[in-house]
Amino acid sequence: MPRIIVEVMPKPEILDPQGKAIASALPHLGFTDFSGVRQGKRFELTVEGDVTEQVLESARTAAAEMLSNPVIEDVISVRVDEDAA
Amino acid sequence: MSTETPLIGDFHASPAATPLDGARIGVVTFPGTLDDRDAARAVRLGGGTAVPLWHADESLQGVDAIVLPGGFSYGDYLRAGAIARFAPMMNKIISAATASSGTRLPVLGICNGFQMLTESHLLPGSMVKNDHLKFLCRDQVLRVENTSTAWTSQFTADELIAIPLKNQDGQYLADPETLEALEAEGRVVFRYVGENPNGSRNGIAGVSNETGNVVGLMPHPEHAVEAGYGPDDATGMRSGTDGLTIFTSVIASLAGGAQ
Repeated sequence: MPRIIVEVMPKPEILDPQGKAIASALPHLGFTDFSGVRQGKRFELTVEGDVTEQVLESARTAAAEMLSNPVIEDVISVRVDEDAA
Repeated sequence: MSTETPLIGDFHASPAATPLDGARIGVVTFPGTLDDRDAARAVRLGGGTAVPLWHADESLQGVDAIVLPGGFSYGDYLRAGAIARFAPMMNKIISAATASSGTRLPVLGICNGFQMLTESHLLPGSMVKNDHLKFLCRDQVLRVENTSTAWTSQFTADELIAIPLKNQDGQYLADPETLEALEAEGRVVFRYVGENPNGSRNGIAGVSNETGNVVGLMPHPEHAVEAGYGPDDATGMRSGTDGLTIFTSVIASLAGGAQ
């Protein structure tokens, strides 16, 4: 079944408390190579049938209007999941 | 909900005498709403009639104003308030609150309700997790900085009030241009006094839209409406009723034909 992947990240200038918490926990487990972590969201939209340009456009609209909040988040990518196609 | 269920027995606060005893204030319940009963009770103690509304219904039942209460609508999945924004009832409220002709419906969003109002773009900005990452629950002092909205008309300018604050995603933020506009236009309605509890920009606890009919705030006025069950104040433990003025204000605004 074809899938569309939507990735959303908190805007760079906005504090990402989840990422910050993870970053501060990493050294406790011995992971000392990472100076920062930011946590975003990945959505997988499953499509019945072909991913037409119209379907992709619909996914872009959903990403902009519902899956992300433009005040605090950026849509990083909206793409077809080639592995699932 | 035809039967009144007291939160705790033997409450003695008497409803305020108002010229518009029949003011009907809708209180919307979403899956995961927690404070709808408290909000309905606050409406009654303020002198109005609470009308329960269901998120999946489309009729506003002719209410004169709306309260979006606190809680965790739809589990706050996606983002706090984000899925609630698309409820059929919310679409009706958004239309009524932004009507280009006639009276614009007064809408108050409390906590999760405030998050719904930002997600629906009725109010600018957004809410993210508290900067200290912890859930916070305490009595909070606020300054009322705008007494010209439908919901704050009975406060005095710069009045200090104490109402409970309890949330995880209470940090208000907006881009610098929006913050500047909010400050310049006097749309910061409530500001935290003392230590900033969650890192909100400019200490903002509540804002209004351009026309003052839509107000959102993070702390909970509906939990400070009845002596015996509110924050501590000078008159004694649990005696604070500062939140009641929010509800008497909107009822008075409706009576005066304002907004």
